[in-house]
Amino acid sequence: MMQMTGAELIVKLLERQDIRTIAGVPGGAALPMYDALSKSEQIHHVLCRHEQGAGFIAQGMARVSGRPEVCLASSGPGATNLVTAIADAKLDSIPMIALTGQVPLSMIGTDAFQEVDTYGLTIPITKHNFLVRSAKDLLDVVPAAFRIAMSDRPGPVLIDVPKDVQNQMVSFEEYPDVVVPDAAPSFDIAAVEEAAKLIEAAERPVLYLGGGVIHSGAAHMAVTLAEQASLPTTMTLMALGAMPMDHPLSLGMLGMHGARYTNYVLEEADLLICVGARFDDRAIGKTAEFCPNARIIHIDIDRSELHKVKDAHVAIAGDVGQVLSELLPRVKPQLRKRWLSHVESLKGRFPLAMPGVDNPRSPYGLIHAVANCLDDSAIITSDVGQHQMWVAQAYPFRRSRQWLNSGGLGTMGFGFPAAIGAALAAPDRTVVCFSGDGSLKMNIQEMATAAQEDVNVKIVLFNNQSLGLVHQQQSMFYGKRIMASRYERPTDFLKIAEGFGMRAVDLDPAPNPRATLAEALTTPGPCLIHATIDPNEFVYPMVPPGAANSEMIG
Amino acid sequence: MSEQNTSATKPLSEFIPEVPEHNGFHKVVLELGVANHPGVMSHICGLFARRAFNVEGILCMPVGTGSTSRIWLLVFEDQRLEKMIKQVEKLEDVLYVNKHAGEHPVFGRLDEFFQ
Ligand SMILES: Cc1ncc(C[n+]2csc(CCOP(=O)(O)OP(=O)(O)O)c2C)c(N)n1
Ligand SMILES: [Mg+2]
Repeated sequence: MMQMTGAELIVKLLERQDIRTIAGVPGGAALPMYDALSKSEQIHHVLCRHEQGAGFIAQGMARVSGRPEVCLASSGPGATNLVTAIADAKLDSIPMIALTGQVPLSMIGTDAFQEVDTYGLTIPITKHNFLVRSAKDLLDVVPAAFRIAMSDRPGPVLIDVPKDVQNQMVSFEEYPDVVVPDAAPSFDIAAVEEAAKLIEAAERPVLYLGGGVIHSGAAHMAVTLAEQASLPTTMTLMALGAMPMDHPLSLGMLGMHGARYTNYVLEEADLLICVGARFDDRAIGKTAEFCPNARIIHIDIDRSELHKVKDAHVAIAGDVGQVLSELLPRVKPQLRKRWLSHVESLKGRFPLAMPGVDNPRSPYGLIHAVANCLDDSAIITSDVGQHQMWVAQAYPFRRSRQWLNSGGLGTMGFGFPAAIGAALAAPDRTVVCFSGDGSLKMNIQEMATAAQEDVNVKIVLFNNQSLGLVHQQQSMFYGKRIMASRYERPTDFLKIAEGFGMRAVDLDPAPNPRATLAEALTTPGPCLIHATIDPNEFVYPMVPPGAANSEMIG
Repeated sequence: MSEQNTSATKPLSEFIPEVPEHNGFHKVVLELGVANHPGVMSHICGLFARRAFNVEGILCMPVGTGSTSRIWLLVFEDQRLEKMIKQVEKLEDVLYVNKHAGEHPVFGRLDEFFQ
């Protein structure tokens, strides 16, 4: 017979799931859990400076490890501060467990101090959530939360634990089993055969990979499929790295800021094979005009994604890795010389223009200069804005989980704490966060966390003293009326970094910025690398919001 | 008994006001098996509310030992319904969803409580 408090049971159950790092911020309603954590030898608690930072640190760990990771906050403002990071995890299907303290059961609904309806708030932004009403329930709830977070399409799960439940004694005979993901749903082999036939019969097929390929660990199989059937392959923002950028079949990223030739190739396709992607509006533009002449094969583990935006001719609800492993032996090797040479000629005529790529003081040049200092083992994160799109277009991603990004929610402030999480999960790797001056300010307080944990994170700051992507849209679509997108006063980021105890390097005055950059990137520990970027640099091409992908500007 | 029979055979349109924008759409009755705990209704109703998908009628009672409940929803079949059902099926607490024709008697028998 074992006896312990609810809080101690939570910590034990996390330990049994092999949790080694938790990111959080304490507060009154979470103190029993913190007290229990103080006795854990296995779990290292990372004290964040804001709960949103904790949420994104947990996400960064999960995006690297591929398994649920945990963040922890108190009730009320602690929980509301977590909300953005939870919503972000939902939209990008990231397995995460958010633990929140809550006021005691008897006080719920009384507007008690620091009471908010965390359960109600998080219903639409979690895969599932729990309000725990007795310590004994934790024996079911905690394993269920892990199982739900990592099974099928992954996602965030929140467990709200009232303080008295944390303190309640519970006795039980045995710990519940350590949970593993549920078996993926079975799928119809006849549909796989139908898909193979469509691929064989197609003359102008395109493979369209999404984040599901990364989640399922199926990148190698996707590349094999592409090679076997000679399929030009495009990737969403979330799938970058699934096929190496320099692979001859790679078309790079599609959509709003995809290369011209990429969107043109899609327009000519007679078959689109969509694997683990969801026809997001930033990727496909105006729905009716996306791949207008193509039949569609759609493979996704989430049945509700099939036929959601585009009707599929063959729809297969299954784990993409499992489906691809059934599909591969059924797909006949083909050369498709005509189609591939046509794709090649479109690429030659409408390539991604990268002006300034040889100048490390310009956006593309800086990205290439960073890439030249690193190998494929480095992890790259970004924030949200022009800098993000430039990196997505130009960085030579070559493996899964190399690129961590807020795709669905597009959250400024994601990049830096996610990079800290990545470095905590993979301490032997260099982690680079490409950030913008607007985004960095949204979670800049985590510089203190980075310094405290001494993580190997380098922020490469594209400082254009503006909310560049907003500035760009106002310039292009709102008659150049620049409203609230320029920062009137400059910020001294170098001083800020140093004030938080982080090293800072400025590329602006450096006579040899490449050398300064290389030194900063290869010196262990956290470092801010600052570069001024011209605010009048725009990301091209650009599909105007709501327009068809063929209507690119630039 | 005889009263029940008559109300069951009355057309549902007598109980459910015609919503102009729904003219031309059929009524559909959804039967959901769900885990019985506070919060389940919020999860389900939230899915419909967010999409401005009006639920015309709701009935919910525990079944068997009380660990599960059955929820009956009366909705209009518009082109989004199939997608809605797939979203509902995805909820962790939803065990199954069955779709019935709008003439299903479950709501008709409630007539007397809505006079
Ligand atoms: C939290 C949040 N607020 C607002 C936005 C809208 N938004 C998208 S990009 C952008 C500007 C980003 O500026 P910065 O980080 O400096 O990047 P830049 O575009 O200048 O490279 C804004 C405000 C957002 N994506 N996230
Ligand atoms: Mg900026």
